Amino acid sequence: MSKPNPPLVHAEKLDGRQRARMVALIASFRRTLRQSPPMTVRCFFERKRCLSSGHFVLYPRGATKTASMSLFRSPLLPGLIALVGALSLISLAIGPAPIAVPAVLKALVSDQGAAGIVVREIRLPRTALAGLVGWILGLSGAGLQGLLRNPLADTAVFGAPQAAAFGAVLVIYSGLVGSLSWALPFAAIAGALLSVGLVVAVAGRGATIVVLVLAGLAVGSLAGAGTSLAISLSPNPFAVTEIVFWLLGSFEDRSMVHVLLAAPFIVLASGLILSAAPGLRALALGEETARSLGIGVPLLRGLIVAGAAVGTGASVAVAGSIGFVGLVVPHLVRPFVSYDPARTLVPAGLAGAALLLAADIAVRLVPSAAEVKIGVLTALLGVPFFLWVIARRKADLVETPA
Amino acid sequence: MRRLEARSLSVDLATRRALDRIDLSPAPGRLTVIVGPNGAGKTTLLRALAGLTEPAGGDVALDGVPLARMRASDRARAIAYLPQGGFVAWPLPVAGVVALGRLPHGEKPDRLSQAGREAVASALRAVGLQGFADRPATALSGGERARVLLARALATQAPVLLVDEPVAALDPRHQLVVLEVLKAHARTGATVVAIMHDLTLAARFADDILLLHQGKAEAFGPPEAVLTGARLAAVFAVRAQVLAQAGGLLVVAESPLPGP
Repeated sequence: MSKPNPPLVHAEKLDGRQRARMVALIASFRRTLRQSPPMTVRCFFERKRCLSSGHFVLYPRGATKTASMSLFRSPLLPGLIALVGALSLISLAIGPAPIAVPAVLKALVSDQGAAGIVVREIRLPRTALAGLVGWILGLSGAGLQGLLRNPLADTAVFGAPQAAAFGAVLVIYSGLVGSLSWALPFAAIAGALLSVGLVVAVAGRGATIVVLVLAGLAVGSLAGAGTSLAISLSPNPFAVTEIVFWLLGSFEDRSMVHVLLAAPFIVLASGLILSAAPGLRALALGEETARSLGIGVPLLRGLIVAGAAVGTGASVAVAGSIGFVGLVVPHLVRPFVSYDPARTLVPAGLAGAALLLAADIAVRLVPSAAEVKIGVLTALLGVPFFLWVIARRKADLVETPA
Repeated sequence: MRRLEARSLSVDLATRRALDRIDLSPAPGRLTVIVGPNGAGKTTLLRALAGLTEPAGGDVALDGVPLARMRASDRARAIAYLPQGGFVAWPLPVAGVVALGRLPHGEKPDRLSQAGREAVASALRAVGLQGFADRPATALSGGERARVLLARALATQAPVLLVDEPVAALDPRHQLVVLEVLKAHARTGATVVAIMHDLTLAARFADDILLLHQGKAEAFGPPEAVLTGARLAAVFAVRAQVLAQAGGLLVVAESPLPGP
């Protein structure tokens, strides 16, 4: 076992002038090369202060460099959590009857008359659902992208949202149950799992991305056709309108019952996907390497695919289809976590929650007779944004075999 | 010092018998090179040695214990495997890629132990990429990326290292650099098995050569004993000159013989 290289410079052993020149040298390296100098600065406390006071040791580059990875403590997670919190508060405050934030907070914990009813029974379910659905969509997208090692993967790749919608539409259409029944999420989840199973069965083991995408496209189209068939055969025009509007995706007029329907499944799906996190890293080097590193690749695949299907089914059951969240948010957070597919998961979930909360606030602010459907908004904003990401990051979107 | 051993190993691929009763016991401290024509079963043998393929007959054992009976994590700590034509899916930093070699030890790449950090640093030093720790692995040249992936396999510090065509698609200098790393690693007491196509390079660096032909072990031993003109004609279907030189053998394939 080799020892780390000996330190180059103990700044404490330098005099003031030498130290100042050292610090200037480090700074100029950063400025001119736009990269860190060929040595590692190890500080004993906060960086700016230790540089000026000389409490640092310079190591040749490589000796302690891997430590810099573990020193990665960016404000990403706290920032995202704060953002989700702030957006939740705004979501509770905004609507046809604006309520000030302090009143919102009071209404959450005590009876405040009409304001309390509005906040607790109308806006709280809506806010909770937007957060939960955004979280699981972002998490599923990041999980699938890590699994398939493809930055264009999403639940839509497996036709899951369309199939989940078809499952739910069948239940609504058959009139067996109302839209507030446990049958709805189960039917949507069954649809999502069925589509994923069908895609995997058709594409076979070790399928390439192209085969997966084609199979997913076919299954999604099949489910879409089934939904259209159900709509066109519907004897009741009001039911048709109901189904179509529901398919567009919205958090409008949801109640705590919807939250209770979706939450257990979203928690389950999160557990499945997060438990697969460690193996995702190894998969970055391909399945063979991952297996040689002791990762159970089939189990990993099962966990993520099942998690994404359950999460998508539960989301579609309560909010209709909302696209592009899972596709877009992993790209937003990835640069902040050194592209580590495991550490992308939680930030992607939080960013998804923030995105849907913001979108749900936006649809309420758009002046129109009827509310713009959030699924429409995410597609309208998500697609151009995504095209922009692709255009800018072509180099990062590396070609990978499945 | 751990002993990897293939015992009468047979492997079926689809309907074909890819390996037929192979006995191989690569020696610790030595670089064993597998050569053979395309389709001879070299990669299949290496995957089986790594425990990634189910044998149809016989088995692969580490210190007498069949790999199939070992826990995946134990196997991964003991045997490092570097597949052919490696790629990195995300622009992970080089140090992060190399740190993946510590996964079998239960170490997360962003939270390495002291031993893990030293293993990563010394693996990067071994392949001469000390200054590359923070560079994105996708922005490297082919030779640099091959060395990064080799460093990943070294970072596991497994007693057995299996590498599939480590010098394919590398320029002459990188070929020598990588082979010298493998040889040096073997000299630390590790069992190193590599697949190669360049017979001259194989002859120069290998301590032992296994010549595979249609799934069977045609010959095994020191390069001079294995690589003879008659054998090359029989196995590779080429007329070849084998010249003894100061640095090792020089194998020159002159003309193809009528194929089988």
